[in-house]
Amino acid sequence: MFDLDLWREIFQSINMNRTRSVLSGFTVAFAILLFAILFGIANGLQNTFNDQFVDDANNSIFIRSGFTSKAHKGFQAGRKIQFENKDYNFVKEEYNDDIEYLTARVYKSLNASYKGEQNTYDVRAVHPDHQFLERTIVKEGRYINFNDIKNLSKVVVVGRLVEEDLYKKTTALGKYINLSGIQYKIVGVFEDEGGDYEERRIYMPITTAQNIYGNNNYIDEINLTYNPEMSSDEALAFGNKMLAKLKDRFSVANTDQRAIRIWNMAQGTKQVDIMTSSLTVIILIIGLGTLIAGIVGISNIMIFIVKERTKEIGIRKALGASPRSIVSIILIESVIITAIAGYIGLLAGVGVLELVGPSLETYFIKDPGVSTSLVFGATITLIVAGTIAGYLPAKKASQIKPIVALRND
Amino acid sequence: MLKINQLHKSYPIGDSSLHVLKGIDLSVDEGEMVAIMGSSGSGKSTLLNIIGMLDEADTGDYILDGLPIKNLTEKKAAVYRNKFLGFIFQSFNLINYKNAIENVALPLYYQGIKRKERIEKAKFHLEKVGLLDWADHLPKELSGGQKQRVAIARALAANPKLLLADEPTGALDTKTSHEIMAFIQSLNDEGKTILMVTHEEDIANMCKRIVRLRDGVIMEDKKVTQVRAEQYV
Repeated sequence: MFDLDLWREIFQSINMNRTRSVLSGFTVAFAILLFAILFGIANGLQNTFNDQFVDDANNSIFIRSGFTSKAHKGFQAGRKIQFENKDYNFVKEEYNDDIEYLTARVYKSLNASYKGEQNTYDVRAVHPDHQFLERTIVKEGRYINFNDIKNLSKVVVVGRLVEEDLYKKTTALGKYINLSGIQYKIVGVFEDEGGDYEERRIYMPITTAQNIYGNNNYIDEINLTYNPEMSSDEALAFGNKMLAKLKDRFSVANTDQRAIRIWNMAQGTKQVDIMTSSLTVIILIIGLGTLIAGIVGISNIMIFIVKERTKEIGIRKALGASPRSIVSIILIESVIITAIAGYIGLLAGVGVLELVGPSLETYFIKDPGVSTSLVFGATITLIVAGTIAGYLPAKKASQIKPIVALRND
Repeated sequence: MLKINQLHKSYPIGDSSLHVLKGIDLSVDEGEMVAIMGSSGSGKSTLLNIIGMLDEADTGDYILDGLPIKNLTEKKAAVYRNKFLGFIFQSFNLINYKNAIENVALPLYYQGIKRKERIEKAKFHLEKVGLLDWADHLPKELSGGQKQRVAIARALAANPKLLLADEPTGALDTKTSHEIMAFIQSLNDEGKTILMVTHEEDIANMCKRIVRLRDGVIMEDKKVTQVRAEQYV
């Protein structure tokens, strides 16, 4: 039921009592402004944490081998542990359900040349899954695939900066590259958000590298990502289980820290998780506090307004205003003021974040911002709470006895 | 028009209570112009408030235009006040942020009359009190006499059966008081029933009947020869 006259009454009251309206709106606007800024900063902090992991998949596990530091099962300390293809296959078969992506790595450092330009680059010989582990972005062409692995193809995928270094302004795709005397065909060019260092790399099929550089089955490192549905605790347990199994496989003492090493990102993820959740709790507490302050503000102002309007309410009642019309006139006025002021506060808060946001990056606050839905939610909460808080004063106003209100001062 | 029987009213003061009205019998016919007089504390304002449904009697009957006024809900009292009664106050009681015509139209708003019609009616009544040219002025831009005339126009707007005036000239100088009284007399001449509380003899003598209260009882109730206010204007 839309009562145009009621709204007219209310807008006249707001408009003719500007100081009062502006003052009451100020509290709400300020509460929402603070809320937006605090929330935005917290969001910025969270963005920074998330960004630390943008380079590699944050559910990665790296396994490397070294030399034993303890004698075990008749072997002396100082024995070299060497992973081979069969170990890769073992991990693949044993933990298929827990693994999302899996790749082996062989590291080489090779001299690359093309038409007189030359440079030394890190070469990684990998499986196709490596693309997802490293979050490599293929810019042109394709990545290493299973046919390359099977056929020992002499193909490579080069980084954006390799292309820039050697091929100058032309595309490297489809051209040949000479790696320490052997010609490889470039089937892809990639980008990586991990930085320049990452983009000065060359990827080739692992089988090709094993065949050409040593004719063996050696692997330098096994990389994998665990099933992303695992919690960080489960992932840590999974990593430890796998490590124990591998140690057993190579007859390494369980307490030997050097023979086989594992880096589990779940360790960091777990810490970030704790950080994020405590940040969320802090945000919630701050947000709630601000909202409560806003509500108390509205409530106080409503009591003041009712006090100030006692006489007017008395006159209205003497002229035939029903209690209900008094309640609605006061409540709706406060809701309108709250909504408008809340919106202004929101705009101001977003404006402040936009303005100072870029200069905050030095303080680990990246892209501070608030989701609009959240602030609208807060504004609606304020309005609802304002209504509840304002109902008692409004009810009290409706119970004002005209004789009391109209008593000659 | 109005009939009151054995009306009692007391107010609690701490543990004891103050018996303000001690059995009032009063009946007013249509077209009468009655002054209720008495010193302060005599109960005259309380009586007017009860008649105006702003307050309720403890015991006794009050019948207004054939309707018993008893145990009214707030809502019902609001409707009756709006329909039957017009109030004129000593301190005018205009709403300060509404201009003259909006003040006059306010009782009509509470009757649910449409805006256009409200403004028409309010204009008519403002013209009647001679203030149509001041329709857009706020109360603070009006003199005391003008404010009271706006208040009278507002009291008349809903076309009430009974006009209640509480010291209508109490805040005005003699000259303006006489102007207002002359206007109220002309309303009575047209047939409006008017009930007025005053403590000024000369104002009371401009009514047709004087009811004197003392300590909550009616001491005297007599018809008087009306002194016309025009002669002083």
